[in-house]
Amino acid sequence: MFGPLISKPGSSRNNKTGSWRTETKPKLLKQNCIGCKMCLLICPEGCITGAEKNTYACDYLYCKGCGGCAAICPKADIVMIKEESKD
Amino acid sequence: MSKTLFVPGHTACAGCGQSMGARLVIDAAGPNTIVVNNTGCLEVFSTKYPESAWQVPWIHSLFENAAAVASGVESALKFLGTKDSTNVIVQAGDGGTADIGLQAISGMLERNHDILFVCYDNEAYMNTGIQRSGLTPFDTNTTTSPIGAQSTGNVRPKKPMPEIAAAHGVPYVATASVGFTQDVQRKVKKALSIKGAKYLQIHVPCPLGWRHESSMTIQVAKAAVEAGLYPLVEYEYGKLTAVRQIQPKPVEEYLKLQGRFKHLMKSPEEIKKVQAIADSNIEKYGLKTQA
Ligand SMILES: Cc1ncc(C[n+]2csc(CCOP(=O)(O)OP(=O)(O)O)c2C)c(N)n1
Ligand SMILES: [Mg+2]
Repeated sequence: MFGPLISKPGSSRNNKTGSWRTETKPKLLKQNCIGCKMCLLICPEGCITGAEKNTYACDYLYCKGCGGCAAICPKADIVMIKEESKD
Repeated sequence: MSKTLFVPGHTACAGCGQSMGARLVIDAAGPNTIVVNNTGCLEVFSTKYPESAWQVPWIHSLFENAAAVASGVESALKFLGTKDSTNVIVQAGDGGTADIGLQAISGMLERNHDILFVCYDNEAYMNTGIQRSGLTPFDTNTTTSPIGAQSTGNVRPKKPMPEIAAAHGVPYVATASVGFTQDVQRKVKKALSIKGAKYLQIHVPCPLGWRHESSMTIQVAKAAVEAGLYPLVEYEYGKLTAVRQIQPKPVEEYLKLQGRFKHLMKSPEEIKKVQAIADSNIEKYGLKTQA
């Protein structure tokens, strides 16, 4: 065999990139969500999941806090909150 | 966890446009896909040894030859009789496409291999520190086209890579932008439904290299299209068949969002030159919506 082979698909999940966040994290309010899926589609990490309206969730183990989901939400139903906030 | 084929834990910067693009492409293509990747940010951040963010077979060889490797993969699948049930996608950055990989791409297109080539155009060699490429726009401040007393940045306009691909007469060539996510996925699906060689160039903002906030990636991508600086077009067999129409906005609306064009804000003369590029695109492709 040649070259370095990686045989485990999706093994990047071992990297908990959520530790990269510095100041803020998204909070999905789940109040006015219309289920447009834009947050899920544009999340660079692929760490937003959900199907029906008001069911979307962010996996903070991987979220790098870019804020793209809050910027794109047409209903302002995602807000960036201080990292140390409890909720 | 989501059902994406490009999973979390990769090491792209926060807000990376290329990682958005890569997920849109592979999730539109589906699991029966083999990916060949040129050297570049995407290759580096998605396969930090010994881990991989990919849930499909994926191979990296060199910067210059991914299209040749993919041609071999496709030929092998044909020999095995499984090509019709397997997509082959080659993906590269703009440097790996318009400069270093160009001869292999041209060969792949000319031989009309049943492959989709995807160029993630972040308009410079980002992985090595923002050097200009053939797809860097006019007047961009990069580390190899720095601004200064005698310089307003990159002296050349973007290489017309989509037209170069279309000139091969292949069945499908298109441009897209991560600012228009559904359009990206529609074009990927359309391309994969067509037999033969396909080329798709996707505009993917790079917050680090373009110097904008990580939350603004989509806004910046949209602004490029709306200014007429990134025409979204489709060619079939060398002929222009579709364009996304816009109500053109002044190029400043796009330029002012990014640090790489900050020097232009004090230079109306240079902004005029960039506006002339947008105007010529609007005219050439008939981008303007008829009222
Ligand atoms: C033949 C060769 N030349 C140079 C390099 C160094 N190199 C690695 S990645 C890279 C930049 C890639 O730029 P681009 O193709 O635009 O992709 P991006 O990183 O911007 O996504 C360079 C120059 C290399 N690996 N191989
Ligand atoms: Mg690049």
